[in-house]
Amino acid sequence: MGISFRKETFRDDFTFRNSPEHIRRFPFPFHEDAYMYAVNIEPHVVGPKGSVLENLIDVDEHYVAEMQDRALVLAEDPLRCQSLPHMTLAGWDLLELLMEQQALGYPEHFTLTRDGDRWRWINRPLGIDDTFTFGDTSTLPYGPMEYIIRQSQGDFCILDQRDGNLWMDAGMVTTQADWSLDFDIGMNFFEWHAPVPLAHEKGIFTRALKFLTNIQQGKPARRLNWTMTINPRLDTSPENYHKWGPDRATVTPENVGDKVHLRVELQSFWRLPRSNGIVFPIRCYLIKMDELVTQPKWARRLHRVIRDLPEELATYKGLTRYRPTLVEWLSKLDDGSPTSPGFGPD
Amino acid sequence: MSTGTTKLDVVVSDVVPVNDLVTRFHFRRRDGELLPTFSGGAHVVVEMRDGERTRLNPYSLMGSPLDTREYTISVRRDDVGRGGSLFMHRSVKPGLEMVISYPVNLFSLDLRAKKHLMLAGGIGITPFMAQTAQLAGEGGNFELHYTCRTASLGTYADVLRERYDRRVRLYHDDRDERIDLDRLLSTQPLGTHLYVCGPAGMINWVRDRAAALGWPLEAVHFEHFAAPQPGLPFDVTLAVSGKTIRVGSQQSLLEAIEAAGVDPPYLCRGGVCGQCETNVVSYDGKFVHNDHWLSEEDHRSGCKIMPCVSRFEGKSLVLER
Ligand code: FES
Repeated sequence: MGISFRKETFRDDFTFRNSPEHIRRFPFPFHEDAYMYAVNIEPHVVGPKGSVLENLIDVDEHYVAEMQDRALVLAEDPLRCQSLPHMTLAGWDLLELLMEQQALGYPEHFTLTRDGDRWRWINRPLGIDDTFTFGDTSTLPYGPMEYIIRQSQGDFCILDQRDGNLWMDAGMVTTQADWSLDFDIGMNFFEWHAPVPLAHEKGIFTRALKFLTNIQQGKPARRLNWTMTINPRLDTSPENYHKWGPDRATVTPENVGDKVHLRVELQSFWRLPRSNGIVFPIRCYLIKMDELVTQPKWARRLHRVIRDLPEELATYKGLTRYRPTLVEWLSKLDDGSPTSPGFGPD
Repeated sequence: MSTGTTKLDVVVSDVVPVNDLVTRFHFRRRDGELLPTFSGGAHVVVEMRDGERTRLNPYSLMGSPLDTREYTISVRRDDVGRGGSLFMHRSVKPGLEMVISYPVNLFSLDLRAKKHLMLAGGIGITPFMAQTAQLAGEGGNFELHYTCRTASLGTYADVLRERYDRRVRLYHDDRDERIDLDRLLSTQPLGTHLYVCGPAGMINWVRDRAAALGWPLEAVHFEHFAAPQPGLPFDVTLAVSGKTIRVGSQQSLLEAIEAAGVDPPYLCRGGVCGQCETNVVSYDGKFVHNDHWLSEEDHRSGCKIMPCVSRFEGKSLVLER
């Protein structure tokens, strides 16, 4: 069978859409009518068929278009991809992980064959058929990390673990929600989460660091995070704020359904075997309001969540400007009936 | 999240006596697949079914990380220890099916180092077997100094000399050969990282001298092989699970908690990783802290204990487990 990849854009004319099957598999992040901030980390294990968790590394109908958009971002700004010299081994670790997982989950699209160090990688959607020597960077057109991330959906941060801390020493970040790899590269866990205003939050960060440094090989973990984006832009980086920031003032009662997108990040955490680093894939899923409300349960619930969101959180997530318009629009789809528990549509 | 590590079903594929004290064990996967890749310095926790008891001991992987058809560990027999190494020596034979954990690395190479300076004492050589194999494969710059009691107890000294020639220096106690540590530490190029694994006395000596000679803390790495020490039996109440248990003299507190059906987290079982940290609810008596994780202040406060290696002497102890 296989996935039919869409031709679409995440800029200019914004032709990005989800097919009906993809609307139903969207990782809706609210399991009840209110949103509570929580660390919500759980084991990253395979989930139900037809969900985004069917495979541990998800490939979907947006794959080809996302890879094309990523290539555009990198051409404009090569600093979106950086790897400090000691991170090359971690890059090979990541290449192995992503090739294995993509080939395992989607054999009709990806094939990996190994003969000792001689590896052959076939990526049919992107028309790639390369043979290379594992561990020998000169046999690939890019470094191992860049090579494989240019063929994988989501952003990737690779963290080096030393002195009981994690250091953001490599990564490729082109689809982020307002942060910058170029700014964070080389920083440790506390530095890239700084400034931390409150002491009790420090405790949270210390616990989170302890959790992450104890991530074990063979036991990845995951969490969901969410925000909203105007227009289906993958690249909402601080560098490009001038392009996407003003979009927030363009939401009107007429265009809410088309312009406002729920943006869900599936973040996972994996221990890399050779380098002992941690990789942190951040996979971004977008869905416009018109698509989301085709599931009545989600429409009702999202209305309640956004309406009742504490002010600080709304500000933090950048929703302030268009929240009243959005809530007003969603309220018409909320008949007040109860929503069933859990994330899935009814 | 569940505790402990992911498990691997293995079969003992070979048992090789190395010298009077040390035996090497080879493991393969029962399903014939490759074992997970690992990095130099990683250990696995080996589960030993010894009659009624299950012992869980960590051992460094000593094979090359470039070859994952089998894992190898070396076990030094400890005649006065709690019995894990004796069990390995006496009861583990080729063909035995065993369970081991996925590799965990608490002693990894700092890949930024311009040069890796390694100091091993006795059985502390095992993590360096894998680290040197990894670095040699990548053309890394390393130098290994290895002290052992006698030439015949110099486990793998011959193998290392053959593989790496002058990059390996041997010192024999019975010939009064000592590492000239101050000279060694003060003649290293900038960007060198120091790794030490061996008896506690050696680790402390090396860390102290390095600090005195101005080595940055981040450039000094050590792995302590702290097996839990036997001691007097004592009673513990587990507040969360509502159980009162006895810790036998040959048993660690962690093992006793596990035997009572509580599943506390652990990674190293040697007092260094911090995973098993447990809050003390109340106590009347004195702690025998053997860990390298808690600060001295934590030790004095009486609020925390690391059950994998630490013990207690006194009337009552209540833990939050
Ligand atoms: S298990 Fe590592 S400190 Fe106890």
